[in-house]
Amino acid sequence: MPSPAFHAPDTVEGAVALLSGDPTARPLSGGTDLIVQMRSGRIAPSAVVDLKRIASLSGVRREGDAFVIGAATPCTALKNDADLCAAWPGVVEAANLIGSVQVRNRATMAGNLCNASPAADSVPALVAAGASCVVAGPAGMREVAVQDIPVSPGRTSLASGEFVVEFRLPVRGTRAADAYLRSIPRTEMDIAVVGVGANIELDADGTCTAASIALGAVAPTVVLVEAAGAALVGTRLEDDALASMVEAVTAACAPIDDKRGTVAYRKAMAGVLAKRTVQIAAQRAGAKA
Amino acid sequence: MNRIHVNSTVNGDATQFLCDPGASLLDVLRDTLHLTGSKEGCGSGDCGACTVELDGEMVCSCLVLAAEAEGRTVATIEGVAEGSVLHPVQQKFLEHAALQCGFCTPGFIVAAKSLLDRNPNPTETEVRYWLAGNLCRCTGYDKIVRAVMDAAAELRQERTPA
Ligand SMILES: Cc1cc2nc3c(=O)[nH]c(=O)nc-3n(C[C@H](O)[C@H](O)[C@H](O)COP(=O)(O)OP(=O)(O)OC[C@H]3O[C@@H](n4cnc5c(N)ncnc54)[C@H](O)[C@@H]3O)c2cc1C
Ligand code: FES
Ligand code: FES
Repeated sequence: MPSPAFHAPDTVEGAVALLSGDPTARPLSGGTDLIVQMRSGRIAPSAVVDLKRIASLSGVRREGDAFVIGAATPCTALKNDADLCAAWPGVVEAANLIGSVQVRNRATMAGNLCNASPAADSVPALVAAGASCVVAGPAGMREVAVQDIPVSPGRTSLASGEFVVEFRLPVRGTRAADAYLRSIPRTEMDIAVVGVGANIELDADGTCTAASIALGAVAPTVVLVEAAGAALVGTRLEDDALASMVEAVTAACAPIDDKRGTVAYRKAMAGVLAKRTVQIAAQRAGAKA
Repeated sequence: MNRIHVNSTVNGDATQFLCDPGASLLDVLRDTLHLTGSKEGCGSGDCGACTVELDGEMVCSCLVLAAEAEGRTVATIEGVAEGSVLHPVQQKFLEHAALQCGFCTPGFIVAAKSLLDRNPNPTETEVRYWLAGNLCRCTGYDKIVRAVMDAAAELRQERTPA
């Protein structure tokens, strides 16, 4: 492959300057998408800007009532933060379904999001969790909802010179939890046919007070199915409530037919997985009482 | 294209090399440093034959740019045996005949050692998930899993004071 220039700035400002000065420069996090695409000749960036030397981009920290996850934090490192795992088990498990241990030791959620694959595993979990990301660019910093980043397969809403510096998730109390499940033809190392993230809050007697459900791999971008969440709020997740939730999920799917699954299969599986994911999230939330 | 000068520690030795900015760590290990134990099966992160540890975490060296290794520590299959004394994982691969053509073996051994360094008492399921990123076309995996379980048992015994 033609060799791009390589830069490893140690400040956000340095990275912004390098990226905004050169429209075909690309940020590098774990490289598990970027380097594969460069090697296959699909892309030929003029420069690669490694974000991992910027200290504030690595690791998980608490800022007031938010968990802040640095954009260059590899997926496996999320598992080391016990508070994050307790509050957002679904986000951590989604990120840790990506590839193999070797891949997850490098791969980041920011790369997963900005690669903009419809099947990216961490994205439905982040969207269901209501995560936002902080984006740095020539105009300074802005905060944006995760679901507003991907616009179509392989394309994001980020402007030239912009990149994700961190994710933000609320620190939250008891009786709330999330979960993520995906369906793949094998047990490991495959691309999701359907992925579902669910985030559930319960009150003291088990009534659902908030619910959000997001789907991956059934449309060009992640889908937050508001009607599915609404079908659960105010119920105790009885069978008929779950059935209306499944109906809303199935209606929101606009999948493709490919060797991994037909349209009908993906729609049916989205419903099956949504029900299971909600039940796991609710069971986790209840167990936190 | 300007070549980049990189300083890193490879198998415990301070090492310097020059590389193309787009070269992978695997390219440099094999072609510049002549450490040809790490193999290129796919070049896309799928097979694990190129597995090395970077700052103590196992990665696919085909998906690391060599320039990223500046100031970092790299451990390859060449550093697993101590002189002529094989590591228990290597010894058990021989005893269980956990290899045929051997192309995947360096990657499996680096990955298995990385597991046992962290978890000396893994279940078979944990071994199978940990090794899911290492592919073998020959053995069918069963002998590999037996070898790793047996190496774990031996390491536990070595570590228990008599
Ligand atoms: C063997 C293998 C298996 C895989 N399995 C899965 C899987 O099961 N599920 C799944 O979802 N994915 C999978 N992937 C894809 C990939 O590992 C993930 O998408 C990963 O999360 C990408 O993260 P990264 O840090 O490596 O991204 P990079 O490769 O570093 O970057 C990806 C893209 O995002 C851009 N980018 C990176 N960081 C930023 C940032 N901070 N701000 C803005 N743009 C940025 C890059 O320029 C590039 O365009 C697999 C990949 C491999 C090689
Ligand atoms: S050669 Fe690196 S994973 Fe196959
Ligand atoms: S022994 Fe031949 S690929 Fe594993």
